Amino acid sequence: MFGYYVELAVRSLRRNPVLTGLMVLAIAVGIGTSMTTLTVMHLLSGDPLPGRSEHLHYVQVTPYPQDATPTHPSEVMDYRSAMDLWKAKRADQQALLVGSTIKVHVPASTSPPLLLSMLSTHADFFTMFAAPFEYGGAWTAEDDEKHARVAVISSDLNHRLFRGENSIGKIIRLRDSDVRIVGVLKPWRPSPLFYDVYGGRMAHGDTADFYGKVEDVMTPFQSGLEINDGNFVQFTCWQLPPSPGHLQDAPCLWVRLWVRLQDDAKVAAYRRFVADYAAQQKAQGRFRHDLTAVPSLMEWMTSNRVVPGDVRLQVWLAFAFLAICLCNTVGLLLAKFLRRGADFSVRRALGATRGAVVMQCLVETGVIGIAGGLLGWLFTLAGLWLVRQQPVPYADMVRLDASMFMTTFVLAVTTSLLAGALPAIRAGRVAPALHLKTL
Amino acid sequence: MRTHPIFAALRHHRLATTLIVLQIALACAVMCNACSLIAARWQAMQLVTGIDEASLGTLYLSGFEPGRANDLNARMVAGLRAIPGVTAVNVVNTVPFSHGAGTVGVTLDAAGQREGGVVDVYLGTPGTLEALGIRIVEGRAPGAEDYRPVGDFFPSQANVLITRAAADHMWPGVSPLGKEIFVDKNHFRVIGVMEHLSIARPGSMGPEETDWSVFAPSLAGPTLAGTYVIRAKPGDLPAVMHKAREAVTALAPDAVLIRENSDSLPALRAAHFANDRAMMSLLVGIIVTLLLVTALGIVGLASFWVQRRRKQIGIRRAIGASRRDIVQYFQLENFFIVSMGIGAGVLLAYAASLTLMHFYEVPLLPPWYLAVGGATLWILGQLAVLGPALRAAAVPPVVATRAG
Repeated sequence: MFGYYVELAVRSLRRNPVLTGLMVLAIAVGIGTSMTTLTVMHLLSGDPLPGRSEHLHYVQVTPYPQDATPTHPSEVMDYRSAMDLWKAKRADQQALLVGSTIKVHVPASTSPPLLLSMLSTHADFFTMFAAPFEYGGAWTAEDDEKHARVAVISSDLNHRLFRGENSIGKIIRLRDSDVRIVGVLKPWRPSPLFYDVYGGRMAHGDTADFYGKVEDVMTPFQSGLEINDGNFVQFTCWQLPPSPGHLQDAPCLWVRLWVRLQDDAKVAAYRRFVADYAAQQKAQGRFRHDLTAVPSLMEWMTSNRVVPGDVRLQVWLAFAFLAICLCNTVGLLLAKFLRRGADFSVRRALGATRGAVVMQCLVETGVIGIAGGLLGWLFTLAGLWLVRQQPVPYADMVRLDASMFMTTFVLAVTTSLLAGALPAIRAGRVAPALHLKTL
Repeated sequence: MRTHPIFAALRHHRLATTLIVLQIALACAVMCNACSLIAARWQAMQLVTGIDEASLGTLYLSGFEPGRANDLNARMVAGLRAIPGVTAVNVVNTVPFSHGAGTVGVTLDAAGQREGGVVDVYLGTPGTLEALGIRIVEGRAPGAEDYRPVGDFFPSQANVLITRAAADHMWPGVSPLGKEIFVDKNHFRVIGVMEHLSIARPGSMGPEETDWSVFAPSLAGPTLAGTYVIRAKPGDLPAVMHKAREAVTALAPDAVLIRENSDSLPALRAAHFANDRAMMSLLVGIIVTLLLVTALGIVGLASFWVQRRRKQIGIRRAIGASRRDIVQYFQLENFFIVSMGIGAGVLLAYAASLTLMHFYEVPLLPPWYLAVGGATLWILGQLAVLGPALRAAAVPPVVATRAG
């Protein structure tokens, strides 16, 4: 019976190619726009470290000396608080993070120096965040202690400097210091670059930069501070720092702390530890406020509103668009089925049940839905291609993955069946006698 | 024409009518809000920087050692001035649309209690104001004696110029001349008011704060080095900037040229707003497709109605209705449907606008957007229904006499 309905549907659709074309086009345009935006949204709002993110936490204290009560704990830490909390080693793993830009070149090469982004952090960073290695590996905790002149470089930089060959043991010059490469990362593109996310509340929705690429050079925390001293940039200061770019003893916020806490009890204990630290600092007069927070990775992403405002707006627009296309299709289907009242009457008179007529209509709309889905899928690919041409940092990541590909068809068939339901029920309600008389 | 039969007919097709009304209402709401978003971006892009952008370019060098800054400045300024077509070269900390620099919160008293707001402090060597083409509307331009060496961040004592907008914010209703600003221990006195000078990264602050800038006359030195503003005739500028970027390799092999911040000001402005332009074309694309889909929906449904009513039309023609009467009937019917859609659309549009206001810092939808949106949909509806209506008018009266 189903095969017969499909045959009937195709025949009926071919009888009226313009109207069919309009319906397919309406669904396809609606699906194309909403799937394009949904794919981008899915890509930007997903969990950057599935399975691990719930154990990773960002640490916030509020070292401001001002009286005015802040509404949120500080986004970043001052050096002293960060070192105190890190040295206490109360978490399963922990790493301080500081970013800067640095001049890099390869000794004995003639190519001009590059100005690259550098991340100074601790050995735990790589295991905590599951950074994948192509060659070599992370430096050790001992390297952290010794302020060793070692570095891990990105896959990108390895291709630029060493044509992608195994460069372990090679020397690169960071500013004036020679540093030995101990590890080369595989291509790694967390979305967003979660460990560098902060300040999103003040970004006015312009958060596309959170989807940038990983730093090209990573060094042990103290080694980085020594090599690039004088070139650090503060997140904010409550007084002008005494010497620019050197921030260890400055009244500035510039260091971030990430910790791994394996279970809920540890999270609770760590929260208590941070709160106690802030209370103690307040008692000593160094802090004015004991506002603290230890959000999990995804909580931190949410409170930073990582998905850019433009992307969220586009999703809303696309779904409004889909709704309009849906109205359109319902209207056209209604017109189509009501016009065929005579056909349905004959079928009913020959013994078909109402359900059979409804079924036939639904199969027909399903066929339209599949056709619309196929075309909509092409529109989605075109839409994603357009997004890739845009000047946004996440442009290179925009692809249709298997799950979104499936979603496209499910959405197309569901929307078309939804659109078809009302007209189909109406078609099932035709009074056969009335129509047969007019034939 | 009597409208009663139209309403009676519409009541008969309640579902179809509701659908088309809903579609028009949604289209109206989306279109009006999309237009207001486009307008907001357009307005942001019309930003007045206060400088003579068409004649200016900038180079941003980094990675050099502070100890060699004076030497670098001397090499760069002399080398850039030698490029044919260059009329001025100055050392600055930044220019609009280049890298951010000098964003600080200032206070209006030495104790740091009365906050003046967060401003961009521009630093520039003698001749910078003239090179940038900044208009001074009150007070005086800095003289040679006003240019001071820069300490760690700013000159510790300086006679500065401030924008009209920042002055009005800090000292509403009073002349800012002679007033004082404090940045931590640094102490500035206002000697002049600039018509405009936008902050270096417009968009990083709220819309009111985009013109909150201070210009502090400065001398080049270890903390004022590496960023240069170049002036040339607008026609020469692209060629001059090309040569200037090429010259850096020879002039400053010890430094790294940051290419994305080193270009002519028109090019940097275009890059700064590239995202907004992309979003605007996307919104325009949405509006056009939306209107197209709506029009096609109206054509489809109207055609269907015409076909269903062939017999009635024939009867009306047979009892004396002219072709014009038939066309008018369908036009009037469409007008009513679209009007209902616009009515519902107004409510939806305002609901959407209130939501957008909450999330995107856009103003509430001005009523004339709805007027224009409504008019567009009315015209669109009339155009879309015209084809089916003319086909209806072509129905010969003889149809009425046929069985069926």
